[in-house]
Amino acid sequence: MDTIYDMLAEIKPEHDFKSSEDYIEDGLLDSFDLIALISMLEEEYHITVDALDIVPENFCDAQAIVNLVKNSGGAI
Amino acid sequence: MQTIWKGKKISAMLGVLPEKEVFFDDEVGNYSFPEKQTLRLKRVMGYEKHRISRETSSAADFAVFGVRHMLKEGWILREEIGALVVVTLSPDYFVPHISNIVQGELGLLEDTLCVDMSQGCCGFLFGLMEAFMLLEHLRDKKVVLVNADILSHKVSHRDRNDYPLIGDAATVTIIENSSDQSEIYFEMHMDGAGREALKIPAGAFRMPSTADTGIMKDIGDGNFRSLDNMHMDGSAVFNFVQTKVPPLIQSVFKNTGYSVDDIDYFLFHQPNKFMLQKLAEKIGIPFEKLPMNLVENYGNPSGASIPLVTVHNLREQLKEKSYRCCLSAFGSGLAWGAMTMELGKLQNCEMIVSEL
Repeated sequence: MDTIYDMLAEIKPEHDFKSSEDYIEDGLLDSFDLIALISMLEEEYHITVDALDIVPENFCDAQAIVNLVKNSGGAI
Repeated sequence: MQTIWKGKKISAMLGVLPEKEVFFDDEVGNYSFPEKQTLRLKRVMGYEKHRISRETSSAADFAVFGVRHMLKEGWILREEIGALVVVTLSPDYFVPHISNIVQGELGLLEDTLCVDMSQGCCGFLFGLMEAFMLLEHLRDKKVVLVNADILSHKVSHRDRNDYPLIGDAATVTIIENSSDQSEIYFEMHMDGAGREALKIPAGAFRMPSTADTGIMKDIGDGNFRSLDNMHMDGSAVFNFVQTKVPPLIQSVFKNTGYSVDDIDYFLFHQPNKFMLQKLAEKIGIPFEKLPMNLVENYGNPSGASIPLVTVHNLREQLKEKSYRCCLSAFGSGLAWGAMTMELGKLQNCEMIVSEL
């Protein structure tokens, strides 16, 4: 989970992701931030995120992102 | 819509670029986001450089420049042109039409049919469809298809989500009847309910441009945009493309009997490298069969993207032999479509740079 928070902080250092319950609803991540995050996840965990999994509910919080990595075959 | 044509071919393709190249690294200061993320987006999206036309240049200028080049070089004679079809989202005026401007500037014959079509990302497919239908009635005459757009004039320089992607360019394609009876399969779909995803709100009759529509507003993340500017809802467009295009290509395979292995090149509209890679992964297309380097070299030139990516990557080999290609475009409308055709043995295929 810490690695995910580190990635999010790299993308948007000005935001406190731990205090948000929904990154998309709260406007912390836009579509270009998601692309950057997906690129980081694919490199870090050697996965390919399916295009149809690139939906807001898979990026609403750190746990959802962890689940996405696991469902994409990553060890996290 | 699904249909099949026979006895039609593309015989020449020309790409026309503006002279001015702008590099992403030089524009980063216009946007406010962290440097590490900037570099990552540059790599993932394919941002490198793009071609931007002069403020004083118009789409008609590009069209005249390209068609004049073809006439001057003897690619086509005036009396061979049965129809001139111009597809653009950036008309010089509401009236007159660009095709008439080209006709007047270049002295095309009075029996040359001049048609303008307003289409965006799918503009090349719509242009080919129009050309094939016109050729049914033009006997031995040919259709000159111009795809020209200068949409950088309508995108905010301070909009990180849109400006780095955009590019200005034109292409001119000659289409004619042929004794080759190989099938050209075409399929096109529309969803007007999703039309807001790509929009220029002001500037036409619904909302004329005023001082107020030109006011730049902070839309978050350091991006600024006015109602006169083009906007793309990145998430909506991405989801639309990834949801609609893979089934479209599967439908093409089903109706033609082709598989990925049977297609030499997948020549797709060029929104950005990330979107194209995800599409290729989903459909199972090897990356080497799907060129995705237009954004990094020129930017996304809307309806000119398919012919431009073709000329950029394949111009020498297309003069030598023929390839079975699957063309696909998707975007404003919303619209998404595909076409399979034999493309090659072109009499001419060239990229030129204008001072426009």
